[in-house]
Amino acid sequence: MKKFLAMFLIGALAALSFSGCSKTQESSSAAGETTKAADKASGDLVVVGFSQVGAESDWRTANTESMKSTFTEANGYSLIFDDAQQKQENQIKAIRNFIQQDVDYIVLAPVTETGWDTVLKEAKDAGIPVIIVDRMIKVSDDSLFTAWVGSNFEKEGTDAANWLADYLKQKGKDSEDVNIVTLQGTIGSSAQIGRTNGFNKVAKEHSNWKILAQQTGEFTQAKGQEVMESFLKSYPDIDVVVAENDNMAFGAIDAIKAAGKTCGPNGDITIISFDAVSAAFDAMEAGDINVDIECNPLHGPRVAEIIKKLEAGEKVEKLQYVAEGIFPAETAAKDRVGRAY
Amino acid sequence: MPEIKGRIKKITSHRLFLPLLCLALVLLFNIATTPDFFKISIKNGMLYGYTIDIINRASELVILSIGMTLVVAASGGTDISVGAVMSVAAAICCFILSGGEHSVSQYQNPFALGIILALLASLLCGCFNGLLVAKLKIQPMVATLILFTAGRGIAQLVTEGQITYIRVPGYKILGSAIPGIPLPLPVFAAVFVALITALVLKKTALGIYIQSVGINSKASRLVGLKSSAIIFFTYVFSGLCAGMAGLIASSRIYSADANNIGLNMELDAILAVALGGNSLSGGKFSLLGSIIGAYTIQALTTTLYAMNVSADQLPVYKAVVVVLIVSLQSPFAHKLLQKLKSRLLSGNSQRRAA
Repeated sequence: MKKFLAMFLIGALAALSFSGCSKTQESSSAAGETTKAADKASGDLVVVGFSQVGAESDWRTANTESMKSTFTEANGYSLIFDDAQQKQENQIKAIRNFIQQDVDYIVLAPVTETGWDTVLKEAKDAGIPVIIVDRMIKVSDDSLFTAWVGSNFEKEGTDAANWLADYLKQKGKDSEDVNIVTLQGTIGSSAQIGRTNGFNKVAKEHSNWKILAQQTGEFTQAKGQEVMESFLKSYPDIDVVVAENDNMAFGAIDAIKAAGKTCGPNGDITIISFDAVSAAFDAMEAGDINVDIECNPLHGPRVAEIIKKLEAGEKVEKLQYVAEGIFPAETAAKDRVGRAY
Repeated sequence: MPEIKGRIKKITSHRLFLPLLCLALVLLFNIATTPDFFKISIKNGMLYGYTIDIINRASELVILSIGMTLVVAASGGTDISVGAVMSVAAAICCFILSGGEHSVSQYQNPFALGIILALLASLLCGCFNGLLVAKLKIQPMVATLILFTAGRGIAQLVTEGQITYIRVPGYKILGSAIPGIPLPLPVFAAVFVALITALVLKKTALGIYIQSVGINSKASRLVGLKSSAIIFFTYVFSGLCAGMAGLIASSRIYSADANNIGLNMELDAILAVALGGNSLSGGKFSLLGSIIGAYTIQALTTTLYAMNVSADQLPVYKAVVVVLIVSLQSPFAHKLLQKLKSRLLSGNSQRRAA
């Protein structure tokens, strides 16, 4: 009996590991098929190889969708898509494959900032322009990539602060003291640095804004909730919570409600959040979040614009930001129409 | 006087004295920095205060450290897969309840089925660890390293890499509270697990078996104990504890966040066992010590939040305090303390003689 159990366990684990393998095989063979398709029709199509981080969030899925819907054959492109499943080595492998397949452009959504020098040098030597999307990379030589498309996190921060200034003016509270706490993202991430700096810069211009505390919630709902619980005890009169992503905002809302306070447009505490995922729109419609600053995942059209310019032999700007919206709760129901994420 | 002397000696030489002293020191530190740290009020029909936060937030860690204590005691190694197993349990529970969707506002399958299958999965993870350690005699850290790395991958596979939300009020209860009871439910869950475990260890000979296997597994086998079966059991139990902790953590955020649930918790659980005055090389153990250790760790985190230590410096402060606590409990400090004590006591008696 015991032996049987042991065999069963080993079998179960083996099955699990095999299923993992077969999944990667599937995706690589799928990539192979697209390559063949690309070869067949590459006569007049622009071939783009896109290495995506993975599918860890709705945001990422929307990012992938945006690329896939932009680079269609109808638009004159052939897209080779590769899902790296959160691993840099998979992305490096994918880029090398793209080089071998001699694609016209490589688009990379990097999983990490560093470690790209070698493989991007190979791409440069092969004469293939590389466009980075979303996260920035750190390379010794800036000419290793042609352009970068992504979010301006600092502008998101200033947008949030400017919205707050307008909101307070509307409510006639622009001369009263305003107590603010910030739930920061993972310390050192570009989203955290940009959003914190952007907000604080504007906050300094308002002498009545008091930033009571800034603490990291590590971009997770659980930590956001725990830190907010502590804030509520330390500071009984918080007026504004700035949560640097939606997940932490959800945690903060739970903590505020558990403490018997209210938040949102009709509550005691104003909640400002970032990212604007679809669950956040639900929260805005439910009256829990006051405003959400978008982190736009729709990079496809902007990348296509760059490629068009490069095809025409024009110069492109190195850093390009996508347009990002500000969504107050009042118009959330209308704004979310047509949003894919 | 000798009576008092004897009593002091008895108290200070108790094995839980140092862990308790450390917890008290961390807590007392707050009186100076945060005057109303111990203030407890009632809000929304719930007890409300920093101390409540500590016992509430420490619940998962307490449950993990109970399982970890037995693993350490029996095998002299640690189970570093518990954090990943937490996320596996959460992922499976949410996957069953959501029926494969990523956000539901109604159970797609019965609540009990999700809980039972999640606990079964964690039990299976424990069996796998136990098999590798007890039967195949692989070093515990290496054996559990497999699920430490693969566990989150399995959880990601189950949830398809997305956060799965169960937006049903009933699902939030385990991580919040039953209306009418002023203490959060996780506190009761932790106490329940602790009581049951303590009862089983005390009422059966299992506690003694685990100790003797930990001290010398070969000798234990020679006197007729099934050493490998006992070690196997501790890993299964640790897996089950991790599963329960995972369900509580998942209920708190009514979702399965495969990337973040239980992240780095295995290290805190090992630390809790060490802070509880347990030897990490196995043998004699104190369940209560580990539980006190777990509360100490959470007390420290909550204290640092209350002091508003800025986020980038948080890990440094934590490390400094942990170094202080661990060195306070080291044999060297123990000897020093003993010397100091005897000098103090002899000074007292001299004064009395004069």
